[in-house]
This record gives sequence, structure tokens and C-alpha cells, in this order.
Amino acid sequence: MSEEELPAWSLSAAAVERIALPEEWPGEVTRDWAWGGATGAGARVCVLDSGIEDGHPLVGKVQQSVAISIEGDEVIVDEKDNQGDLCGHGTACAGVIRSLAPECELVSVRVLGAGYTGSGAVLLEGLKWAIEQGYDVINMSLSTTKQKFASLLHELADTAYFQRTMLVASAHNMPVESYPWRFSSVISVGSHEGHDPLEYYYNPAPPVEFFARGVDVEVAWNGGGRLVCTGNSFATPHVAGIVALLLSKHPELTPFQLKSVLYLVANNVGGGK
Amino acid sequence: MSDDLRAAVAAGVLGAEEQFQALLQSIVDVARAIFKAKASSIFLLDEEADELVFEAVAGEGSDSLVGQRFPSSTGIAGFVLVSRQPLVIEDVLQDPRFSRETAESTGFVPKGLMAVPLLHDERALGVLEVLDRPQDTRFTLAEMDLLGLFANQAAIALDLLQRARRAQAALAGEGDLAVVARVAETLEQQRDEEDGSRESALRLLTELEKLL
Repeated sequence: MSEEELPAWSLSAAAVERIALPEEWPGEVTRDWAWGGATGAGARVCVLDSGIEDGHPLVGKVQQSVAISIEGDEVIVDEKDNQGDLCGHGTACAGVIRSLAPECELVSVRVLGAGYTGSGAVLLEGLKWAIEQGYDVINMSLSTTKQKFASLLHELADTAYFQRTMLVASAHNMPVESYPWRFSSVISVGSHEGHDPLEYYYNPAPPVEFFARGVDVEVAWNGGGRLVCTGNSFATPHVAGIVALLLSKHPELTPFQLKSVLYLVANNVGGGK
Repeated sequence: MSDDLRAAVAAGVLGAEEQFQALLQSIVDVARAIFKAKASSIFLLDEEADELVFEAVAGEGSDSLVGQRFPSSTGIAGFVLVSRQPLVIEDVLQDPRFSRETAESTGFVPKGLMAVPLLHDERALGVLEVLDRPQDTRFTLAEMDLLGLFANQAAIALDLLQRARRAQAALAGEGDLAVVARVAETLEQQRDEEDGSRESALRLLTELEKLL
């Protein structure tokens, strides 16, 4: 960033130099340029889910576990949650992310497990809290169908986008309206049937933007266990893991640029060569 | 006319609850047959109690499970309900803590399952599960789509069932308008009677309608 704040709405001739980008883009963007040699080190990834089992062999160390709940009108953020994973799903997502970006920082924000009632509000508050923390990537393998949360979620997704937090969200494969995956400021992910964790496709017919591995995925589960699972829930952390790799090598990339690189090296674009 | 009253009249006339329950049963029967599964079940969310209730079961457990309840965020069904994401798990035995208590209380511990949320408009009404498909068949995305289509049908049936139940509650209730629903029910019951009282009542109601 330049020392002096730029005017937000226009760009004077004298100011062009000041928005010079720190990254030289190569003539051809390749996967090697994008994440070759990257380990995820330096990337801060948040998993908004059912919790993560700390120390699971496929997950390793979880840097922080947070639980969000609501009592009355009060939002309670427990920054030292010790409940682990109340389902196994969050651990599964975390395991996929670590399998791709083994050295990324992992933070669990638990928004599930306290029953169905109020779960939409907890999801919203959890996302808000996670965005305030400025994580690089937020994995959301869940959604809400509640219309009253849609506009608030939309605002949050845009806030994240502009402050360089990449939201990666599971698309729905059912004929219902759900959020936040439908917003263009997030990366939405559906499943393909391949088995390569780095195989992913750009979808030219949105709203689903990318298809990643989501069928017969061996994932981590509670109690140090493993399961073979299928669902967009598991395709999403594949893309979150790839984004963590990208950001660990190119930390200056904005969500717009991240999406551009993802597009350029997708299997059905440049990455398929 | 309020939704409840409209539904009350309809339910009173049609005796709908049993029909919708039969529809749900038919959905789980067909789901079980199509996926060649050992069992299939539909859970209804009881929002007041924040619990999931077995509403229809085909195959193993069908005698004893209907009506059983558990907390709405328990196990795979609870997760699917809250996250609104369908899930397929091929071998739940590898998960030492997988709702073991729930599964054991039902007398049936599945090896694999597909679970999909039942969504109607913006509400999550429950969960459809298909348990223990043949081990040698690989799950495909096409099956996931098929399950989604079933879920849509089941969600509509579940919504109708809930309306019928609310309607019956209204029929049994003491509210100002419950009398209208009771009158509709009585008229329907007297459909085959030929003593003229039904006709007289209908004439009176037509006059009342004009007056209102």
C-alpha cells in the first residue's frame, strides 16, 4: 500500500504510479508459478463449522478454537473452546485443508452443535467474528436458507472481499435458495467425480464457480478416525487449501486476483495442459 | 381467512394427516428400493422441542422407530439439518463417536448412509436418510441429484403433514374461528345424510356469507 491514502472513487494521472502492483504477473500463469513449492506457511485459514479435533493425525495442531453462541440478545465468543468437534465434519474439512497446505495456520470457529434453533444467527455472528479477525481464508461448508439473513450475509461477504479475506463456500446441489455461496464475492464450490485433490474446474455457467474433488474423499473424523465421504462440503476445503497455498506464495493477492489465478490454472483452462 | 383456518377446513374435510403420512411412508419405501438400501427414514424437526422425530421408516427399524426423538444437532442427521448440506458417508463404523448412542438406541448401527436436508422455501423441515447401500456400488453424483429430487418431494409432503397437524390443532382448539372449522367438518361428515339438515345448514351459511 502507498503511504498516502488514495481517493477511493477516482484515479488521477499522477496517482497511477501509486497503484503499481507488488507482483509481476508472468506472461503465462502456471500452477508452478501459482503455488509451486508452497506449503501454506503464513496463510491463516479459518474453518467455520462444527469445531476441529485438535491433534488429529490428519489435522495436526489447531492454532485456536473459538465457539460462538447466543444467549438472549448477547453474542458470546468463547475464545478458548475446549469442546473439540461436536460432529466430525469440521475436522474433516480441516484435514482436507492441511493435506494440501500442511503448514497453514488453522483456526476453528464453531457455529454448530447447540441445536437447530438459532443456528442461522450463530452462523452469521461466527462469520462476522471471523471476518473481523482478518483471516486470509474462511472455509464455509455450510449455508443458511433463512431469507432474513441473506442481506446481512451479503454485506459480510462483500466486507470480507474488500478486506482481502477469501470466503470459500459450499454450493447447494438442491433446488433451493441458500447463502452465502450464491454471492459473487465468495468462491462457491461444487463437486466433480475425479480423485486428484488438485484437480478442479472453472464453471462458465454460474452461480457455482468451481468444481473440486468431492466424491469418495477419505477425510479425518472424530476420535482420530477416518471416513470416506461424499458431498460439496468436502470439495470446498480442497479449494480453500489451494487458496491457502496461493496466498502462502503470493500473500499480496486480493480476492479478485485469487479468483483470476484460480481461473487461469483450472484444469479446463491453463492448468489442464 | 387465516392460513391455519383455511388449512383447518381443508384438513377437517379431507382427513389429510393419514394421507400425508402414507405419502411419506411411500417416499421412504421407494427411496429404499431405488438405492437398494437396508433402510430409509424421514426425520421431522419439532421446532418447539428442538428435536428430530422419526416420522417414517422403511426397512430395518420400521416397527419401533416411528415417534422416537433425539436432539436436533445430534449425529449426522443433526449436522445435515443445521448445515443444510447433503452428506454421504461410506463407512460410519470407522467413526468411534458417530451417534453411537442414537444408533444403538434404535437397535440398528448402519455402515454407510446418505443424508439430505428437507428444505421447503426457507425452512429446514427435517432430514431424509438412506442407510446401508450395497458395499460394491460406488456412489455417483447422479445419485446425489436423485436423492435431492426425492428430498424435494419429501419436503413438500412433510410441509403438508405439518399443515394438517396445525389444522387439527385448530379444529380441536377453542379459538374464535374454530367453530367454522368444526362446522366444515360436520358438514363433510353429513355428506351422505338425506334428512335435509345439511342442505338447510348450507343455505344458512350462504346467507351468512352474503351478510358478511
